[in-house]
Amino acid sequence: MVAIPQCVQLELTVNGEAAPVSFAPYKTLLEVLREDLGLTGTKHGCELGECGACAVLIDGEPQLSCLVLGVACAGKHIETVEGLANGAELHPLQAAFADLGAAQCGYCTPGILMTAKALLDKNLDLTRDQIKEAISGNLCRCTGYLQIFEAIEEAAKRMKA
Amino acid sequence: MSFKVIGKPRRRVDGRAKVTGQTRFADDIVLPRMLHCRLLRSPHPHAEIESIDTARAAARPGVQLVLTGKDFPVPFGIMPVSQDEFPLANGKVRYVGDPIAAVIAKDEQTAAEALDLIEVKFNILKTIADSQEALLNPEPRIHEYGEKGNIHRIQAYEFGDVDEALANSAHVFDDVFFYEGNTHLPIEQHAAVAAPDGEGKLTLWSSTQVPHYIHRALARALQLPAAQIRVIACPNGGGFGGKCDLHNHEIVVSRAALRLGRPVKICLNREEVFYMHRGRHPVLMRMRTGVTKEGMLTGMHVQTLLDGGGYGSYGAASTFYTGVLQPVTYQLPRYKFDACRTFTNKPPCGPKRGHGTPQPRFGQEVQLDKIAEKLKLDPAELRLNMVEKPGALTANWLKIGSIGLAECIRQVVARSDWKNRYGRLPAGRGIGLACSSYLSGAGLPIYWNKMPHSGVQLLADRSGQVTVFCGATEIGQGSDDVLAAMVAEVLGMDPYDIRCVTGDTALTPVDLGSYSSRVTVMMGNAAIQAAEKLKAQIGDAAAEQLEVLPARLSFSQGRVFVTENPDKFLSFKEAIEFAEAKFGTLGAVGSYSPPRSPGRYKGAGVGPSPAYSYSACIIEAEVDQATGWIAVPKIWIAHDIGRTVNPVLARGQVEGSVYMGLAEALMEEQVFRRLPPKMSHALVHKIPSLLEYKSPTSLDMPEVDTILVEDPDPNCPFGAKEAGQGPLLPVMPALANAVFDAVGVRIDELPITPEKVLRALDLKAIGKTPRVGPENFPSVPYPKPIYVATPAEGGDGKERKRDDAVAVV
Repeated sequence: MVAIPQCVQLELTVNGEAAPVSFAPYKTLLEVLREDLGLTGTKHGCELGECGACAVLIDGEPQLSCLVLGVACAGKHIETVEGLANGAELHPLQAAFADLGAAQCGYCTPGILMTAKALLDKNLDLTRDQIKEAISGNLCRCTGYLQIFEAIEEAAKRMKA
Repeated sequence: MSFKVIGKPRRRVDGRAKVTGQTRFADDIVLPRMLHCRLLRSPHPHAEIESIDTARAAARPGVQLVLTGKDFPVPFGIMPVSQDEFPLANGKVRYVGDPIAAVIAKDEQTAAEALDLIEVKFNILKTIADSQEALLNPEPRIHEYGEKGNIHRIQAYEFGDVDEALANSAHVFDDVFFYEGNTHLPIEQHAAVAAPDGEGKLTLWSSTQVPHYIHRALARALQLPAAQIRVIACPNGGGFGGKCDLHNHEIVVSRAALRLGRPVKICLNREEVFYMHRGRHPVLMRMRTGVTKEGMLTGMHVQTLLDGGGYGSYGAASTFYTGVLQPVTYQLPRYKFDACRTFTNKPPCGPKRGHGTPQPRFGQEVQLDKIAEKLKLDPAELRLNMVEKPGALTANWLKIGSIGLAECIRQVVARSDWKNRYGRLPAGRGIGLACSSYLSGAGLPIYWNKMPHSGVQLLADRSGQVTVFCGATEIGQGSDDVLAAMVAEVLGMDPYDIRCVTGDTALTPVDLGSYSSRVTVMMGNAAIQAAEKLKAQIGDAAAEQLEVLPARLSFSQGRVFVTENPDKFLSFKEAIEFAEAKFGTLGAVGSYSPPRSPGRYKGAGVGPSPAYSYSACIIEAEVDQATGWIAVPKIWIAHDIGRTVNPVLARGQVEGSVYMGLAEALMEEQVFRRLPPKMSHALVHKIPSLLEYKSPTSLDMPEVDTILVEDPDPNCPFGAKEAGQGPLLPVMPALANAVFDAVGVRIDELPITPEKVLRALDLKAIGKTPRVGPENFPSVPYPKPIYVATPAEGGDGKERKRDDAVAVV
């Protein structure tokens, strides 16, 4: 029988900063972020990969952090909602979400913001259908999604300008 | 009246925190030495607990405490009449998921592993699966209290002689409908952290919509003085009614934290949230409605049968709500309403958005469509002709204020091109209409008292800072934004300069909570009262400095100035300094209680509200006749909001309601199945996961044309009524009516799934009645009704003894 260590130590890169961290090896990236790095901006709604609330970017791609083991993230670049603003200045997505009512309770918001960021990082000329498709894995229970679509469109417009 | 803040589209005052991840939800709280709790839940829907052995769990390294029912001798329940739950089962479990024991350990993993070491011996009892089984099986009783057998509540009311009205009607329509249960599905799972403070008093942070009710109920459950307890409602990650009960886990972590002297946290997993439920009651209903040949209502008799699940929760109120609001929308001279709530071995039902009223609203509005069809009337005209009058007193003694419903109907009719499209679209495409009304706050609290429903306190000091304290709870709807907007409008301030302290029973005046669409109206009225008092103090001092009478001053854009000579002014900060010098420390309080309702009969307390909101909705549907699949390209909704406080948030409430209504219309259902007999025959939740419990995604959401109609109500702050629940109500019947227009089949049962549509189309193809829905209404032993004469027939609002009133069975 292989002995499972109580704790592993490794270094992640989180929001552009080196983040050395030690944690129990069974922990998901979601748990490492929230519990071991104190980054509670990333949320959870199921921890089964069903709701999208925990989406973060791993090397630029949106991933559900509840389905990724922390130990699989050594050396990877992780982006969370805490790293989205530039200092005190909100990212255009954050500003548009706040201005246009895309965040009601705000619980699904970090996951949708990160998913939308990955989308806008690749392309600022988006159709409504592309936006719908991109966030179809993120459940929102408050808004009915329409103000979210509009906020993403507005952010793309502001980023192009 | 010209407003500086009210009615202007704005970023909400707490908007920045919500997009930076800084909003602190309950599970985001981490405290030094914090322990974690997991609950052992019943695998059986109905069983006696013969023994529990916790020795092995308690001995496991890392485990600090194991609790069972013995540690919680006092029952609890959110309503005084339904104290029927125990934090951990007291000898009996009543649904799969009912909590039995708790483990508190150094981390969640250790606690979860220790649960497996607890040994419970059960004596399995017969299971009651639904309301009709509950009626047929008075034994075994799920609870020892209630009316009789497995009936929790049963009641009947009659306002005017309805049988006579029906007998004299040109037509009587008699329909049976069924509305399946469904759940809130907030994306945030319920979480709570309890901690003793430095003096040994308890603080509980929780995802709750009702910190005051929790505070009160927790004191009773823990047998502690309420002054020893502080409840802080964290912003909720969605509520929708699912966080309105005192929950088992809140009591358990509180007891554990006090016992261990350390913080204890719990966060339910998604499966547990499905078991916690308190959602939409499955309701079977019968509606007998009389109409004149012109299509005016003469009388209505509604009978409802609710499946309540394993505990009382808010069920006593839910039972009333399946009938009391029916007369609020249209002129209805006479009304009769029988209701019965049963106990079953399923997660308890309670308040979900619309609380008890979406079910009868669905039935009524589908039946009106049938009436229009039979009388060959336009469904929009039928409704327009009988919209209730402003200021009316309904047959059941509810006082109406403003009614913008006619304008709502006209708006959706015009914008959807209804007149050219209803009944004229190609086969497979249809358009349907429905209307509704809802409370702007329940007229009575859930426990009897004469104190205010909402209190607001304001502090201002020489720094220019204004802080507003209120017990109201932010659940996503924007209660902090409404609070800041009301105060800012009165004081002429920028709402972003106001600091809100809310939802904390140690710091804030009591507000009853975020339920019954009450916050804008009740908190808003209290806030205006407090702000006007503070304004008077500041104005008095400023007037002295500016050497004018206070009445000549205006407060606007951060200044206090002479109205006719705006160059003569003080900055708001300067004015506060003068006021603080003149009066000492500045503060003001405001409070609000709803007006007394005219109804005087027993039970008249449920239904009254300071104001009623109104909605009209038109849905376009495309029905694939080969698969039964329903696509919804567009929805038009007009909502009479009285006055819009912040259009960005108001639109969000309306569209969120439309989304949730469409979800209930098309797919959402909390359903159960029996395990095979060899596997215990237990009644288990069919789909306790987000993947299997189907809810609409971004790809399913149609285009929505949202229209805010403003018919200010004199009881409301700046005229503003509710927007968070009412707009859900017309969506389900509008969809059902659109399906009928599209393919000529009636689906009298929600959700309207492709399978049901196909079944109805098959019936149509062979010439049978193209309808899917319940065939008949069971025999329910409703009592002889409480008879109250209507206002129009000389009633005084009190019960009238009647010799000829007979029990309807």
